[in-house]
Amino acid sequence: MSTQQAALELSPSTQSASPKSSHVVAAAVTPQLRFYDRWSPRWLALPFPLFLLLLWYVAARFEWVAPQVLPSPQAVSQTFIDLVASGEMFDNLKISLLRVLLGFGVGLVGGLLLGVAMGLSPVFKDYVYPLFKAFSQVPVLGWLPLLMLLVGIDEALKIILISKAALVPIALNTYKGIENVPARYVEVARVLKFSRWQLLWRVIFPAALPPIWNGVRYGFTHAWLALVVVELLASSEGLGYMIVFGRQLFQLDVVMAAVVVVGVVGYTLDQVLARIEVVLLGWRRSGF
Amino acid sequence: MSFLHPEDKHPVPKVLRGWVLPVLLLALWWLAARFHWTNSPLLVPVDKVWDTAVEQVRSGELWIALEASLRRDLIGFAIGVSGGLAFGIAFGLSRLFERMIGPTFHTLKQISLFAWIPLLSVWFGLGDAAKVAFLSLAAFFPVVLNTFEGIRSVPGELIEAARVLKFNRRQWLFKLILPAASPSILAGIHLALIYAWLATLGAEYLLVSGKGIGNTMIDGRELFLMDLVIFGVIVVGFVGFALNWLAARLERRLLAWRGRSVAQF
Repeated sequence: MSTQQAALELSPSTQSASPKSSHVVAAAVTPQLRFYDRWSPRWLALPFPLFLLLLWYVAARFEWVAPQVLPSPQAVSQTFIDLVASGEMFDNLKISLLRVLLGFGVGLVGGLLLGVAMGLSPVFKDYVYPLFKAFSQVPVLGWLPLLMLLVGIDEALKIILISKAALVPIALNTYKGIENVPARYVEVARVLKFSRWQLLWRVIFPAALPPIWNGVRYGFTHAWLALVVVELLASSEGLGYMIVFGRQLFQLDVVMAAVVVVGVVGYTLDQVLARIEVVLLGWRRSGF
Repeated sequence: MSFLHPEDKHPVPKVLRGWVLPVLLLALWWLAARFHWTNSPLLVPVDKVWDTAVEQVRSGELWIALEASLRRDLIGFAIGVSGGLAFGIAFGLSRLFERMIGPTFHTLKQISLFAWIPLLSVWFGLGDAAKVAFLSLAAFFPVVLNTFEGIRSVPGELIEAARVLKFNRRQWLFKLILPAASPSILAGIHLALIYAWLATLGAEYLLVSGKGIGNTMIDGRELFLMDLVIFGVIVVGFVGFALNWLAARLERRLLAWRGRSVAQF
């Protein structure tokens, strides 16, 4: 249980309450719940976005605001189709994906190594942790001007920043996850006369996996955020560049199309990680 | 993990270990500059950074930039948090509201934060309005999510107890739901503070106008003033640290009433 608590502490924002407890509360909060439950709730989600879309359409149709400021929904969808058909969208997406995967990969390996080392060796932790803390105190954006001076605005800048964004949460969660493995587990392993290797791979890593994986997902979210920022600021290709480029030419339809793709791709990749989590942590279910 | 190393026989005392690496790095930097290991103008001597820092503080440049940044940060933070609280409470209390607005909200949330800036800059101009709007957006999302989570995970037993005690609607909200959800809500506000500070920097880089600590760094980069940039990095780290520390302290004080019994609930 305590590893789960650790995971909760480390990730205040995305942990969802267990469905069971939320249901209980909701039942008590709204007596009308039964009514909505019976009326299949899915369609309830539709009116609001449709209303927004209609408002958008009407506002553009009667030019309440200039089309440069708010292009019509048709213009945006047409631009989107054009960008996909011409392959422009796909080319930029490919570049962005490569960057984020490379940067995230570097950050993942570095973060895991650093986190495991700090978790397993208190002496190493004593030496490195304060510096690591100070280093992570400055957000990615704070390092950006410094790195621009040091390595220029080429690929290296993007990879370094993206990997830094991923490394910090991964290293931190790995370290905390290992540190919070209950001593009881280790005692059991000792009673069973596990070798050191078995202790690591059979006890410590599996027990620390939930918080570690949480860190990995956080790391990816941060990496994706860093990718967009660095492409907005210093790039001549990629999704972020499309956004800046569209903005400069006042082609907001291009901006919106690219923004939508950024959102969808980020969401899809996060869902992939969530699926992997189910596979990786599936064995825990039987225990609870 | 001390059980892996039951006896700590390391020669360096524990308190000093954290200082070893920073001091080594600093010494290396000093030596490299002192003996001109490279001719790059980017390798500025340590004392030059110090001089720049003193100069920035004495001339008041630092305070002007910091004040501009922090003022925007706090205004945007306040707007985002109030909006987020209102929205999150409605979201948490009403199933109907959640089902109607929730999916739209979760879709919008997916959009990478900084991708909003170009759109906001068209809608609000390049000045402070766009920056504040962006900052509020950055603070808004975590507050909504955590408020919602906090309210939805209020234990059902507490709600039953409130029913037995015949709480009226106001008591029910202010004596039960909000206090019970407060740890999660405060965690959301804390997160919002961190995001808002990040967004402050991002807004200053992407909407380059006016003053701010981000602008100071961008200027330093354009003029190849490494000392100014390094000074900026330190200030940014320090402000982030100070905000974080303040938030953590407030959080602890505000939640002190919970004691230990509730924490184990």
